[in-house]
Amino acid sequence: MYTQGLNIEAGDKSIPLEDRNSALMQRFQSRIDAEEKVEPTDWMPEGYRKTLIRQISQHAHSEIVGMLPEGNWITRAPSLRRKMILLAKVQDEGGHGLYLYSAAETLGISRAELIDQLLTGKAKYSSIFNYPTPTWADVGAIGWLVDGAAIMNQVPLCRCSYGPYARAMIRVCKEESFHQRQGYEIMIALSQGTAEQKRMAQEALNRWWWPSLMMFGPSDAASLHSSQNMAWKIKRVSNDELRQKFVDVTVPQAEFLGLTVPDPDLRWNGETGHYEFGEIDWTEFNQVLAGNGPCNRDRMKKRRKAHDDGAWVREAALAHAEKRRARQAMTAAAAE
Amino acid sequence: MDQGLFSYLLRQGDSCLILGHRLSEWCGHAPQLELDIALANIALDLTGQADAFLGLAAEVEGQGRDADALAFHRDVLDYRNLLLVELPNEDFGLTIARQFLFDAWQVEFYGALARSSDQRVAALAAKGLREATYHERFSGEWLVRLGDGTDESHARAQAAIDELWTYTGEMFECDALVAGLVERGIAPDHRGLKAAWDARVADVLAEATLRRPADGWMQSGGLKGRHGEALGHLLAEMQFLPRAYPGARW
Repeated sequence: MYTQGLNIEAGDKSIPLEDRNSALMQRFQSRIDAEEKVEPTDWMPEGYRKTLIRQISQHAHSEIVGMLPEGNWITRAPSLRRKMILLAKVQDEGGHGLYLYSAAETLGISRAELIDQLLTGKAKYSSIFNYPTPTWADVGAIGWLVDGAAIMNQVPLCRCSYGPYARAMIRVCKEESFHQRQGYEIMIALSQGTAEQKRMAQEALNRWWWPSLMMFGPSDAASLHSSQNMAWKIKRVSNDELRQKFVDVTVPQAEFLGLTVPDPDLRWNGETGHYEFGEIDWTEFNQVLAGNGPCNRDRMKKRRKAHDDGAWVREAALAHAEKRRARQAMTAAAAE
Repeated sequence: MDQGLFSYLLRQGDSCLILGHRLSEWCGHAPQLELDIALANIALDLTGQADAFLGLAAEVEGQGRDADALAFHRDVLDYRNLLLVELPNEDFGLTIARQFLFDAWQVEFYGALARSSDQRVAALAAKGLREATYHERFSGEWLVRLGDGTDESHARAQAAIDELWTYTGEMFECDALVAGLVERGIAPDHRGLKAAWDARVADVLAEATLRRPADGWMQSGGLKGRHGEALGHLLAEMQFLPRAYPGARW
């Protein structure tokens, strides 16, 4: 579903600074400047590799954890059609997770290691999934706003310099645009429905609006290392630019629904051709990232439980594969 | 109204719907990502089959109801699914064993139903058969992995098969309703599916190093609306929104 502008933290020493003047680095940079894709077998700076592992795995983890808030409504979807669409959507998120983990594996790390980082709390995932889905309208709001924000962020990633990630993003983006439409379609049905349904829709917008804006990450002024990521073309458009684009596209959609965006400072600026909007509560954002969102504990508890409860199944599959191999080897030896 | 055909279609639609619902409960909680995706996929297929069978049932009934009305506005007494499919998931072993026992039946059943004299029914069966064939391969392979895996997985798989066996008889019942449709060439005689099912199950159990339980007393009643306690909870959850907001469109 989403990658967030939280890939580099203040004071992080794990991303090494390379000698920018070495011949290898200069050659690498000139390839990037020429818009060539970097492939898994190519030489790459250690900082580039680590930054990508972190970003791609955070993205993968976000897909996996992101299955939970919407999965919360699969068994309560209000019609067979909605149930099938939601199942397909959440299944897509799992698929995105799978090929993002595969993309990360091309950089020399295993899926098991990455999942371990998630379950031990070492790796982060998008802050947005730490908010709850108490009503059906939340499923609509996630599709409309969260997937909408994800598309804004991910479309430029289709041109990311790292080939496997860029190619994965092309497929992800196609599916995300279907997800965004299904979410908006739920919101249309609710906003044209009964008073109770309209209330559900408005309350969901009230709860998801600001967290969706936070999905783009800290403002450019507070964003660390982003110039290096821009030079490497891992990141291609700044957080604030993407956020502005999202607001500009989404506000008219809210108006079409007859819903009110929960921001008293929101106004159209005819001169700039953009909406101006109020100050984001960065304290809340940082608290959610630090583990204090409404659902952080529950999300991780559920992921760990699924992992622990499933250990015997994964062990069985490995043991069976081993037995098969041994039997085949014996049969082959007997035939000789 | 063709009451016999209507009731028969409800049985098929309800079994698919309830089993699809049970599988969908796994979404996001499966032992590994590939299984999350596979179980959701099978749930999706079964829900689609339910939609088609219930849609046809509503058409046969001709009272202005649709598949959603049948799915979301009937209570336990009017549900006609097999008891096997309403049993709670418990663990992955029971889920897979339940799925395999059902899939092996559904492959035989759809194969026979595809020759129905009612073209609409035959078409649904033919489409369902392609899906059921894939489902059986998946659940059969996993039953083999669990049965012939570790000591723990073997014990869990055997316990699941033992626990579920008493619910398998209902799939082969041929009551007056089925008999009437057999005479009209619409439905196959369900008793006739047993031998081929036995053979499929025996093959997979043998490969899985699992013991086939003896055919003892068989539970019955789901197809006539006599259900266990779990179904009411499932319906309470599944039907919550349409029941809480009557007349609302979603």
